[in-house]
Amino acid sequence: MRSRVSLFIVAAAILAACGNSASTAATSPAPSPTPLSGAISVFAAASLTASFNALGTSFEAANRGVTVKFNYAGTPTLVTQIEQGAPADVFASADTTNMDKLTADGFTAGASLVFAHNQLEIVVAPGNPKGITGLADLAKSGLIYITEAPTVPAGKYALQALKTAGVTVTPKSLESSVTAVVSKIELGEADAGIVYTTDVTAAGNKVTGVQIPAAHNVVATYPIVVVKGTTNSAVAYAFISYVVSTTGQSALAAFGFLPAT
Amino acid sequence: MRRERVPIVVVALAAIGAAFFILPLLALVVRSPWGDAVKALTAPETIEALKLSLIASLSATAVGLVLGVPLAWVFARVAFPGRSLLRALTTLPMVLPPVVGGIALLLAFGRRGLVGSWLDSTFGITLPFTTAGVVMAETFVAMPFLIITVEAGLRSMDRRYEEAARTLGAKRWTVFTRVTLPLIGPSLFAGAVLCWARALGEFGATITFAGNFPGVTQTMPLAVYLLLETNQEASYILSLVLLLISLLFLIALRHRWLGSA
Repeated sequence: MRSRVSLFIVAAAILAACGNSASTAATSPAPSPTPLSGAISVFAAASLTASFNALGTSFEAANRGVTVKFNYAGTPTLVTQIEQGAPADVFASADTTNMDKLTADGFTAGASLVFAHNQLEIVVAPGNPKGITGLADLAKSGLIYITEAPTVPAGKYALQALKTAGVTVTPKSLESSVTAVVSKIELGEADAGIVYTTDVTAAGNKVTGVQIPAAHNVVATYPIVVVKGTTNSAVAYAFISYVVSTTGQSALAAFGFLPAT
Repeated sequence: MRRERVPIVVVALAAIGAAFFILPLLALVVRSPWGDAVKALTAPETIEALKLSLIASLSATAVGLVLGVPLAWVFARVAFPGRSLLRALTTLPMVLPPVVGGIALLLAFGRRGLVGSWLDSTFGITLPFTTAGVVMAETFVAMPFLIITVEAGLRSMDRRYEEAARTLGAKRWTVFTRVTLPLIGPSLFAGAVLCWARALGEFGATITFAGNFPGVTQTMPLAVYLLLETNQEASYILSLVLLLISLLFLIALRHRWLGSA
């Protein structure tokens, strides 16, 4: 008498990038005088979440019959998704490297346009209890410093800034996105991190920002482009025009972004 | 004995079911750049992540056995009010999104957590960003698999063997170690393997609770996820490694312990 336990396990959760390579048929953009209609999908860097949500709402209000859907993630993730055939119409990147990659791989329609700049800031707990005044303080002993993985644009910029300032510090963790860093500061798990100025603005009074002097700071460039194979190029181009318009630029400025030019 | 006719519909559906699992794995094998395999596998980061994954998942299984078997025994043998509720609570992580599990662990054992703040102030112990944190996250997600499997084994075993041993004068501990444990051996083993496999593949709770730092908290699934954004081919190879380890482990042990059913 023996209870026989049958055991069928095929490997545990493994991130398999499935799906076939994108077979996109490029349709040439034909500007039409007819009113805009239909939906577009905008794939935007995670750091654009709050500002692009606001822009999307006002763009929809200005163009009735148009729907803008957003997909926010770390920029490299978005590039992977688009290259694996995700239905994107517009791609807004948090750096030029990833934009260049997508362009080189042949997934963009036309040249990209810089629509905003951003810079880094040190994020700390509300009221700055550890008294951090600059990058050099991140190396203080007993201080828990976290940053983004160097594969994420913000993480790459943070490394640059620390190098320029001549500060050597070992992070406790390399998080997958700026939002993950901010939430760990909010939760009190870490004492300091480097994120974008806009992330500090977006977090409101849950965190405090400590500025990094311009000499050490890195300016991030945000380019935007129409994705090759878009099914609604008219609306895609109209959305980009809206982002770079005076209205779009002032909306972005309200979230802490620096102007495109 | 007449051989039972196999219904064609069942076989067809079973074949589709099998293909559903095999195709993604096959795609991974087909798409992997075998020429770079050696380089990807011998990279110090890979070895570090693999080592950490094995240590953490085996530790999680050990913790699971020490705490999970007594829990399963209590659920199977002791009737007390609220038993169903308690059982539901201890198996909840099976259906909880692992990221939520990670947040919950932070709120309990983080630096500002319910228990964590006391651990920090009294003993100076902080769990996030440590290997111990990885083991905790993995145990949280994986132990329920062990509990339910062992409980099922305890419930289905023939208790007359225990009674016979008792009447022959064996002490309770002797009965447990010499009669009960061998009788539930297969379920104990199956539960431990399930627990280990789930721990090995754990991602969400780990990256949320323990963070991501090579050599300390970056397990294989985390390394694969981050590589996916920069070097997809290398991430396929690492996924395959994880897959092969699990598969070999499962096949080898299944033959050894359960016979080839």
